[in-house]
Amino acid sequence: MPKDHGIGASPKRREDVRFLTGKGQYTDDINLHGQTYVHFLRSDVAHGIIKSIDTSAAENMPGVVRIFTGADFEGVGGLPCGWQITDRHGQPMQEPGHPVLARGKVRHVGDPIAAIIAETKEQARDAAEAIELDIEELPAVVDMVSALAPDAPKVHDELTSNLCYDWGFVEENKAAVDEAFEKAAHVTTLELINNRLVANPMEPRVAVGDYNQANDESTLYTTSQNPHVIRLLMGAFVLGIPEHKLRVVAPDVGGGFGTKIFHYAEEAFVTFASRQIRRPVKWTSTRSEAFMSDAHGRDHKTKIELALDADNNFMAIRTDTYANMGAYLSTFAPSVPTWLHGTLMAGNYKTPLIYVNVKAVFTNTVPVDAYRGAGRPEATFQLERLVDKAARELGVDPIALRRQNFITQFPYATPVAVEYDTGDYIATMDRMEEIMDLSGFEARRKASEAKGKWRGLGVNCYIEACGIAPSNLVGQLGARAGLYDAATVRVNATGSISVMVGAHSHGQGHETTFPQVIAEMIGIDESQVDIVHGDSSKIPFGMGTYGSRSLAVCGSAMVRAAEKVIRKAKKIAAHLLEASEADIELKDGKFSVAGTDKECAWGDVTLAAYVPHNYPLEDIEPGLEETAFYDPANFTYPSGAYACEVEVDPETGKVTIEKFAAADDFGNVVNPMIVEGQVHGGIAQGIGQALLEAAVYDENGQLQSASYMDYAMPRADDVPFYIVDHSCCTPCTHNPLGVKGCGEAGAIGSPPAVVNAVIDALASGGKNVPHIDMPLTPHRVWKAINQ
Amino acid sequence: MYAFDVTRPKTVAEAVAALSGDEAQALGGGQTLIPTLKQRLAAPATLVSLSAIDEMKGVCADGGTLTIGGGTTHATVAAEASAYPALAALAANIGDPAVRSRGTIGGSLANNDPSACYPSAALASGATIVTNNREIAADDYFQGLFTTALNEGEIITAVKFPVPEKANYQKFVQPASRFSLVGVFVAKYADGVRVAVTGASENGVFRWKEAEAALSANFSADAVEGLTASADGLINDLHGDAEYRAHLIKVMTKRAVAAAK
Repeated sequence: MPKDHGIGASPKRREDVRFLTGKGQYTDDINLHGQTYVHFLRSDVAHGIIKSIDTSAAENMPGVVRIFTGADFEGVGGLPCGWQITDRHGQPMQEPGHPVLARGKVRHVGDPIAAIIAETKEQARDAAEAIELDIEELPAVVDMVSALAPDAPKVHDELTSNLCYDWGFVEENKAAVDEAFEKAAHVTTLELINNRLVANPMEPRVAVGDYNQANDESTLYTTSQNPHVIRLLMGAFVLGIPEHKLRVVAPDVGGGFGTKIFHYAEEAFVTFASRQIRRPVKWTSTRSEAFMSDAHGRDHKTKIELALDADNNFMAIRTDTYANMGAYLSTFAPSVPTWLHGTLMAGNYKTPLIYVNVKAVFTNTVPVDAYRGAGRPEATFQLERLVDKAARELGVDPIALRRQNFITQFPYATPVAVEYDTGDYIATMDRMEEIMDLSGFEARRKASEAKGKWRGLGVNCYIEACGIAPSNLVGQLGARAGLYDAATVRVNATGSISVMVGAHSHGQGHETTFPQVIAEMIGIDESQVDIVHGDSSKIPFGMGTYGSRSLAVCGSAMVRAAEKVIRKAKKIAAHLLEASEADIELKDGKFSVAGTDKECAWGDVTLAAYVPHNYPLEDIEPGLEETAFYDPANFTYPSGAYACEVEVDPETGKVTIEKFAAADDFGNVVNPMIVEGQVHGGIAQGIGQALLEAAVYDENGQLQSASYMDYAMPRADDVPFYIVDHSCCTPCTHNPLGVKGCGEAGAIGSPPAVVNAVIDALASGGKNVPHIDMPLTPHRVWKAINQ
Repeated sequence: MYAFDVTRPKTVAEAVAALSGDEAQALGGGQTLIPTLKQRLAAPATLVSLSAIDEMKGVCADGGTLTIGGGTTHATVAAEASAYPALAALAANIGDPAVRSRGTIGGSLANNDPSACYPSAALASGATIVTNNREIAADDYFQGLFTTALNEGEIITAVKFPVPEKANYQKFVQPASRFSLVGVFVAKYADGVRVAVTGASENGVFRWKEAEAALSANFSADAVEGLTASADGLINDLHGDAEYRAHLIKVMTKRAVAAAK
């Protein structure tokens, strides 16, 4: 029987009560006394020299408080990049400045040029139209390959070229990899594009800056996945405000998907400007602004090759990737195509030799950074498309080819730096075949054929590195931060508990799952436990939520803090029960003395801690509150096998997803319902990437898909009823809960399954098409059919 | 938005008077106009809302003609145009429930978006566009991209649809907007078949005359098989090139004929 409380139970998400009744408190719900509004005047050209900005007429417009331009940021820092990549030749990446407001040049459509602060939003917008701007338009670079031509216009004049870095991994293996290709019995080659995406969280970004002159303290309310990281980056690198004078609050946040990790110009601006004008300053992004100012995702162009021996064993993999950085380096942008991508190129397979080359390129486009999966979907997509293509070329069953090459012994040290602690890829593949009813596929294919539709089956595996990340390792790899997390468990006098966690919940359901863990450890009801998150003044520290890390890293910190609390509580219980501490047991919220009927309740002990009349004051302090920082020993490695069945309408090219199954191994699961929801959402985004979504620039750097009229988000009727399963469980070996993380799996695992299925459908209709680039729109599929 | 005044007349006569003012703009359901205003792409001094004019609302079937008030929402047409099922089905698939609850047939026809659904129904049905001072045949009404025979300040008070023997609308949606990438409305009358295509042409809704001739002789999908819709003047965009749209015109026409009832 399923559990009804604690770890493994599926209580409903307690946060949903306020979200579904309109009681959530989002950043845009925050309105402060004396608040002003800022409107950003943004570049409408992709590349140009700012010849002049005349704000004099605008300054006299009704309601205008003050207008800022780049010149007002003299002596203020630029937006920092949090990760430095060292290239193939041992040189650091090229790292251009990233001003809060553009200075000298504009480098992408949407680049902020001036900020108009007024009493109302409309007044600010009116004044923006009165600013006289003279921009000399320059030719733009949009395509990554042509951006590297010697005569290409330079995005940053001070750099030697548009190349950010040329990264080789593992450089020492390159010769051996090339040699393996020379000896191969078969080589499969695939060129593909991983399409540029816009994250589009339901809530656009918002920032409110509030300077309090009385105590010289600034507060930034912002739509962030990691308020402490913003405090550190903005305080230390941009505005020079020490942490004790800077509070960052990320209240309810309506989805992030990575794009709310980064430190953005608008956050720094409202904080800076509020100090200047001594009034709160608020900015709320419109959806149109989001398209041209939120960091985009993906945008890789790749050639990948697989060398196989005569028995179809994988011998080597070689890849060449161009990765678009956009016009500036967003906070974690350089790490995405490198350490979050190259390290995943082994996938689920025991390929002994791998070499990954990545050229990161500046272009006149919106900066590109992490988006759900970040590097890992790009790795998985190319590898799983490649394996499928190889199976087709060799005339072997794609599942059999995968099984033959699976890693089966753990721990497994890959040739790309990471060591998988645990996994069972055969088990997830078996489970997928079962829940998908794979044996019934041929009958379903025939039924579709009878309706004039071509049915295809696509299968793939995935591995991801989550629980980001061991600080000493990422430090060696160029991270300019540690990636631990922290939690404080505060037990109140009557036994209820507040847990201050560094993870931030913006859809993940932490307010439900984290209390389940504490309730399980102590044996009290979950209703006695609340978590507090998102406010740097209330939480010890935190590196935030991304990379499927919340439970694996912050949850582990919480467990460590709770263990400290329990140790201290046992000392108090021992005193109250006049027993030896070693004999005290905690079960179901009661302390007992082993082998006796002596016991006292959790609440008796917590009350004693705060009303220490009968208390071992000579040994321990009153109170019951503990903090722990947890730095993971390794990444976690969730894995799984996905399958998708599609129908293609050969007359129109329209693809419909008929069946989709996901068999995941997430290690231990705290709340199965929430895990399923995470997988559902991830698959929806993966299907969005595979069939619908594309951020498309024209050659002048204008974003053509700049609204929902042209950028297709998945809707409910674009996705099927998913069959998801996480019964395969190989617990993580190095964190206390044995959890691996589930937030990104769906987005990583689903695109190759969808594309493999469409390729298979076309083959079943007699059209052998090697590849179609995402998104597989009806138009593209029709063209592929009619080539 | 820029600031503007709003008036909400109760009669057509009051609305016409209000629209004679400087920079006055009629507001139907606002499904195009309001987003345009939000983007500051239009700056009317006065919006004349037509939503309180009862005489412009409602669906009425009488002697083979279905008359729909210009201020009737898509949701109402979907629910009440049972005398013309293909038209009711078209209305039921415009946008989403919010759009259908606000958007009106008069607003859609006055705007004449090249990808909107209603223009194809009006043109294929040989409908009559009734305004505050005249009646305009559909063949004369649609004059290109966002362009119609309406004069400044003229209001569509009703649309009269001759009810066909058989009809069907096939909409192949643009994946993002879900407007028609190509929509084909086929209507069979005693005196012949009319086929109107929306979504495809750079010049807005048009009649596919070759298909009309073929279908008037033989109302079956096979009759269209040998035809090829021309790609000349068709839209090339992110979602499909002219050649694809031309292909879809034929596919959607065949499907509309097969589904017509």
